[in-house]
Amino acid sequence: MEAGIYDNKVLIDHFINPRNLGRIEDADGIGLAGDPSCSDYVKVYIKIENLQLVDIKYEVHGCPSAVATSSVFSELVKGKSVVEAQLIDNEDIVEALHGLPEQKLHCSCMAVEAFDNAVIDWVIKTLPGSEEEIQSIVNSVQSNSE
Amino acid sequence: MKKVYFDHSATTPVHPLVAEEIIPYITGKFGNPSSIHFLGREVKKEIENAREKVSRCIGAYPEEIVFTSGGTESINMAIKGAVYANRWKGNHIITSAVEHHAVLDTCKALTEEGFTLTVLPVDRYGMVILDALAEAITEQTILISIMHANNEVGTIQPVSDIGRLAREKGILFHTDAVQSMGKIPINVDDLQADLLTVSGHKFYAPKGIGVLYIRQDSNWQPVNHGGGQERRRRHGTENVSGIIALGKAMELVVSELKDESQRLARLRDKIIKGVLERIPYVHVNGHPTKRLPNLVNFTFEYVEGESLLFSLDMAGIAASSGSACTADSVDPSHVLLAMGIPTEIARGSLRLTLGRDNNDEDIEYLLDVLPPVMGRLRAMSPFFNETVIR
Repeated sequence: MEAGIYDNKVLIDHFINPRNLGRIEDADGIGLAGDPSCSDYVKVYIKIENLQLVDIKYEVHGCPSAVATSSVFSELVKGKSVVEAQLIDNEDIVEALHGLPEQKLHCSCMAVEAFDNAVIDWVIKTLPGSEEEIQSIVNSVQSNSE
Repeated sequence: MKKVYFDHSATTPVHPLVAEEIIPYITGKFGNPSSIHFLGREVKKEIENAREKVSRCIGAYPEEIVFTSGGTESINMAIKGAVYANRWKGNHIITSAVEHHAVLDTCKALTEEGFTLTVLPVDRYGMVILDALAEAITEQTILISIMHANNEVGTIQPVSDIGRLAREKGILFHTDAVQSMGKIPINVDDLQADLLTVSGHKFYAPKGIGVLYIRQDSNWQPVNHGGGQERRRRHGTENVSGIIALGKAMELVVSELKDESQRLARLRDKIIKGVLERIPYVHVNGHPTKRLPNLVNFTFEYVEGESLLFSLDMAGIAASSGSACTADSVDPSHVLLAMGIPTEIARGSLRLTLGRDNNDEDIEYLLDVLPPVMGRLRAMSPFFNETVIR
């Protein structure tokens, strides 16, 4: 455990008082992401109206950095349009937290990935009957970006 | 805010009587023990006095005691000095999966030099399996290194039996007694140890001082070279104040051992009882009876260890998750994994180690703080919410 996170007041605040923590029972989309290397997981619930992200909640199992990155991410995206929200990336999270120790940078990816999965889940739910088509688009986008 | 220290296996505060004892050697008596003039002689005498104290505490002869810079150096010297001196006989080393990294990594490094290594498995309590040891011994085996008591779960190994087996076969036996010194009795003959290592700061001496016991006539060779100090077994000017401190500290812990270990065992049991009553989905790790009196290791399901430590830290409680040296890495404890505990559960481990400054009030504070912390962290976890709540 590095001294870094113990000196980061912003991170500590998000760890003690995680914003938007919890579940949305009638979520429009749910996404899970995890890092099996450290058995940390984030589950994101989203509520979308007129292509706006009106609510986001999450549950998180992980280290203080995993909790804080999830919390700060939820603040960054809430109220934005789905397209704008998807532009928020790891670097925005790290900046909003005033930095993360190098070995904790991977934590910041989890919330983003879980959110992306929640959006995919929402798209699939809103366009019934086209799961396979959407999944193949997702797969091709993912394989292109890798 | 109340501050409570539950990390005595990582290090201990210097005992006030120990600090008092060494002040003259820090502020005035600066002589080099190798000097033959009066300044050298006055410190040389104190070093030999400390050596005698240490030898009495562990049932050894003073000539068998070598002062080092600490546990890690002692362990490196014990292992390397033994295998280099016996290279002509064989090249095989045996150790266990639950050793401290100072032992495991030293042994692994030696495999780069042509030595072969067997790492023995342990049972679910972290105890070395004796049958596996007997099977692992070959004609080539020159050293067995098994710890006296485990630093993470407190399990006390069957060291006497291992030592006896090693002696029958003419194999050198080293035991890492860093965690057991001052908590349970140590006698080098009872333990059948040829080499035994100890670290001062684990029993109220300052950091930077340790002991290596080498049984007389053991086939062992020094691993550093220089001015001939410590009977040519550890070269380099002695840490005079450290040696004097260690002698005093060891004498104190050994004289208080019986009462203090009973007191600490009672406090430890109060923690275990309190935690099991207040918090569900918790396991107590280590051997149920053959264990150190001052250590308890829990694994909490649906909680991640670093978040737990961080929360306790903010409440003024200093504890650890796994051993202090590995807390930098994200890997779960190699000891818990060797005991067959699944990775995700091993990640939720908490080690509390008690010492002379702890009292009932500390335990009550911990038992007040821990349940709400655990409740808060578990409420965040998707696994807890899905598996337990729903």
